Amino acid sequence: MRRRRGLRERGAGDRMSAEQIEIQIIASLVAVTCAIPGVFLVLRRMAMMSDAISHAILLGIVLAFFAVGDISSPLLIIGAALSGVLTVSLVELLNRTKLVKEDASIGLVFPLLFSIGVILISKYAYNIHLDVHAVLLGEIAFAPFDRLVISGFDLGPKSMYVMGGILILNLVFILLFYKELKVATFDAGLAAALGFTPGLLHYGLMGIVSVTAVGAFDAVGSILVVALMIAPPAAAYLLTDRLPRMIILSALIGILSAICGFWAAILLDANIAGSMASVSGLIFLVVFLLAPERGLAAIARRKTRQKREFAGRMLAIHLLNHEGTPEEARESEVGHIEETLRWKEGFAKSVVGYSVKRGDVLVENGRLRLTEKGREFAGRSVVEEFIA
Amino acid sequence: MKRGPEKGASDVDFPQIFSDLFLDYTLRTVALGSAVIGIVSGALGSYAVLRKQSLLGDAMSHAALPGIALAFLLTGSKMPLVLIIGAALAGWIATLLIISIVNSTRVKYDTALGMVLSVFFGFGLVLLTIIQKRPDATQAGLDKFLFGQAAALLERDVVTMGILGASAILITMLLWKEFKLLSFDPDFASTLGFPVRVLDVLLTTLIVIAIVLGLQTVGVVLMSAMIVAPAASARQWTDNLGVMIVLSSLFGALAGISGAVLSASVTRLPTGPTIVVCVSAIVIFSMLLAPRRGILWRFFRERRQRGRLRLEGILEDLYSLALEHKDPEHAHSLSVLRLMSAGKGGVERSLEILSERGLVRAVSPGEWALTRAGIEEAERAQGERGGGQDER
Amino acid sequence: MNREEAIKVEDLTVAYGEKPVLWDVDLTVPSGVLMAIIGPNGAGKTTLIKAVLNLVNTAAGRVLIYGEPYSKQRRIVGYVPQRGSVDWDFPTSVKDVVMMGRYGALGWIRRPGKKEADMALAALEKVGMSRFAERQISQLSGGQQQRVFLARALVQDAQVYLMDEPFQGVDATTERAIVTLLQELRAAGKTVVVVHHDLQTVPEYFDWTALLNVRLIASGPVSEVFTEENLRLTYGGRVSFLRHGERNGAPEDEKRTGERGF
Repeated sequence: MRRRRGLRERGAGDRMSAEQIEIQIIASLVAVTCAIPGVFLVLRRMAMMSDAISHAILLGIVLAFFAVGDISSPLLIIGAALSGVLTVSLVELLNRTKLVKEDASIGLVFPLLFSIGVILISKYAYNIHLDVHAVLLGEIAFAPFDRLVISGFDLGPKSMYVMGGILILNLVFILLFYKELKVATFDAGLAAALGFTPGLLHYGLMGIVSVTAVGAFDAVGSILVVALMIAPPAAAYLLTDRLPRMIILSALIGILSAICGFWAAILLDANIAGSMASVSGLIFLVVFLLAPERGLAAIARRKTRQKREFAGRMLAIHLLNHEGTPEEARESEVGHIEETLRWKEGFAKSVVGYSVKRGDVLVENGRLRLTEKGREFAGRSVVEEFIA
Repeated sequence: MKRGPEKGASDVDFPQIFSDLFLDYTLRTVALGSAVIGIVSGALGSYAVLRKQSLLGDAMSHAALPGIALAFLLTGSKMPLVLIIGAALAGWIATLLIISIVNSTRVKYDTALGMVLSVFFGFGLVLLTIIQKRPDATQAGLDKFLFGQAAALLERDVVTMGILGASAILITMLLWKEFKLLSFDPDFASTLGFPVRVLDVLLTTLIVIAIVLGLQTVGVVLMSAMIVAPAASARQWTDNLGVMIVLSSLFGALAGISGAVLSASVTRLPTGPTIVVCVSAIVIFSMLLAPRRGILWRFFRERRQRGRLRLEGILEDLYSLALEHKDPEHAHSLSVLRLMSAGKGGVERSLEILSERGLVRAVSPGEWALTRAGIEEAERAQGERGGGQDER
Repeated sequence: MNREEAIKVEDLTVAYGEKPVLWDVDLTVPSGVLMAIIGPNGAGKTTLIKAVLNLVNTAAGRVLIYGEPYSKQRRIVGYVPQRGSVDWDFPTSVKDVVMMGRYGALGWIRRPGKKEADMALAALEKVGMSRFAERQISQLSGGQQQRVFLARALVQDAQVYLMDEPFQGVDATTERAIVTLLQELRAAGKTVVVVHHDLQTVPEYFDWTALLNVRLIASGPVSEVFTEENLRLTYGGRVSFLRHGERNGAPEDEKRTGERGF
């Protein structure tokens, strides 16, 4: 954290330094890589698994490190991915005992695995660069310093290649099993009937989540992995109904969060990963409020419109119901409507006005009467409700 | 991470620990504090688990971070009470956000939970790095809230925690039947005229308080385990809500004290994770061994039942053979019995067990017959099967 | 039919989001009847009961119980929710659940005591479950769970009972026991409203019925409104499994049954 201050002095103000560009590229790669499995986690209602996995991989990394003794070995990724899958299996094992509810099983498994990881580090690996904070919070500002150098050539930051590789792996997985994943996500029963094995697919997806979490934790930390896996797909979910569009939108929102988050962090001189997570949350908030059709504002607008339309239908049906009955005279009195339908006076007036304007209702001697059109409208409304 | 009584050896010296527990100020404070956390989170965690809000604990503990940071930024105070209020407010805003996202959009509960958790935490990190640049801040702040730092507990803190925790528990005791009904059947509670929403808000607030109390000791990342684990363990041992809450508190306190003591006596053993390992050990122990629900218990019961059914089956086979021959004590060959038990095996072994109990006897090698006691037993077993259906 | 009105529903409309569930329902339930609410799935039967109990927001209309809104009359209303609406693994005993019926009368903070326990045991006796008083609720069969909920409503000592599918998934013995109990309640002058699914048993079990499919199709004595035509209106012509005349109902019912040759 102390080194980041240097970064700012070098970077902001004049023009983007090479390091800053590299950080943004890495962060964008992470965002896209996370968005792909994230979409399926969100759709399959397993978002909290990303939280569990991204914590539990610490144990896998530590154990793999003890086994190979090299902190930069690629075997660490495999160890971590295995511990991710172990988390998933343990959660499912607990669910099967039926001794605890499903949410409790997740809450029991990952804190234990994470704790064992933390204890092992602080007990036996305290003098090695395997910082628990880095796992949780990440320090993407350091990422450009760890470079891939082959026979003297500087090919750029190592994590760029790691994330690029994982991104390709994710893309291959999604493209190969797109149809199966889609069916299994929207209709698990159908998938089983068609002969896909949802279990295998499930573990494949969890494996992908684990590998992604491992690759990303080094650069951005596990909390940001969770944020980037969930928030962009959640926002995209409110913007589109189509799966391919949702994946692409999630990736774009992820990139936007990464880049805006980076500059916000530079501006505030604050933690970069945290800032990216905050921006992804902000983007969701904006979508949540303003999304066409599914945003809060759109819902509110539609509700006001529909409320009056709905009330007009109700008025017509009410009049139809009482047509020709002894209480018709009373039930159709203008002043009586708000009382019987429990409407506020002003609202009742505006509904009557609306219905008169539509030509469904006439006002005669302070009584409401259905026109032929209104009678038909009420009858049709009733029939529609029957079918629905 | 520095702890109070730093000792060279990693061996655990038990008599030393016990004398330390009473004499050593730091250890006593830490153990007391951890016990308070265990009791409060055990008691309120029971409600969270029963209401299927186990992961809400995880979300709220993460969401508390920006609250703590903002409380410090705005007041400049590090008083536990100020930070707790900040954390509780942030936890509350997070819960409200989750509820409104789930209620008004098609985004599901787990997604809302995970998103709020990670975004709030990320925002908390941003605030913390800003705080750390202030001259009056120390680097230790972040550590403390991520993984907890029990050794930093002061007697004053423990008193604050004790008062807050005791008030929270007192409220659950006063509103005992209200919270019970709310957790079991909220619709029914509403028809009886209880303001379900108000009760819901109150109970969730109490859970937030329990979480926030533990943050300083156990840490953000692991506090959720303190909410879920003691309650999940206690549930295995009892079918009574009151007993469950008391047991859950005891388990929480036990894990808190043993974790704190272990981490103080063994070098480089961080407190929060140690407490979580202790509480997880209690979970595993409970799930395996608890009577009736425990896995081992169920395993042995099923085996016993299978064994009993096999013995009864052979008795009945012999009995029906005997009925055919009109001579109850007529002997039958082993091979016939094997045939009748449809190749399930273990016929000889079962016959030996039955003969030890005096229910059958070997007339000659390979030829078995019911004794008088065996006939009675077979008749009784048949009668039982015909009668008690309603019992489970 | 100049009996007192136990429940009066006026112009009730309920919508979940944009989808109306109940449209302008007017319904009067006279005091002392045993009434079945019938209708296809999604007809709003449960919603109607919940609206009476003030558990859902209404878009329009109101409900009166003996002339007063529910909030003033909750002491005289007993409720049996659907069995599946609660978690039966909750750590509590049969007796405890039954005592919950007294919580409203106890008011805030006061705990149930010996009096409540005795009432619970008496109610359990009535539903044939006194042997199970101390048992944990997860160890009950479906029929037994239903009886526990009934006992809980009984200790409410109400005038009006609202029951949501009390026969759902229970065995024949329990069904008979519940019917006997409901008829006893009616004999004691209580009003009982039951959401019911099995059309075949309507004439046998109930004396009053309401046919509902988002709108109210008909309501009144079973002998008058439980007609083939009304059922067809309610279920949209999918009714072919009726078995009338099991009970000495109205003569025209029997005549029609004969014509159809069932």
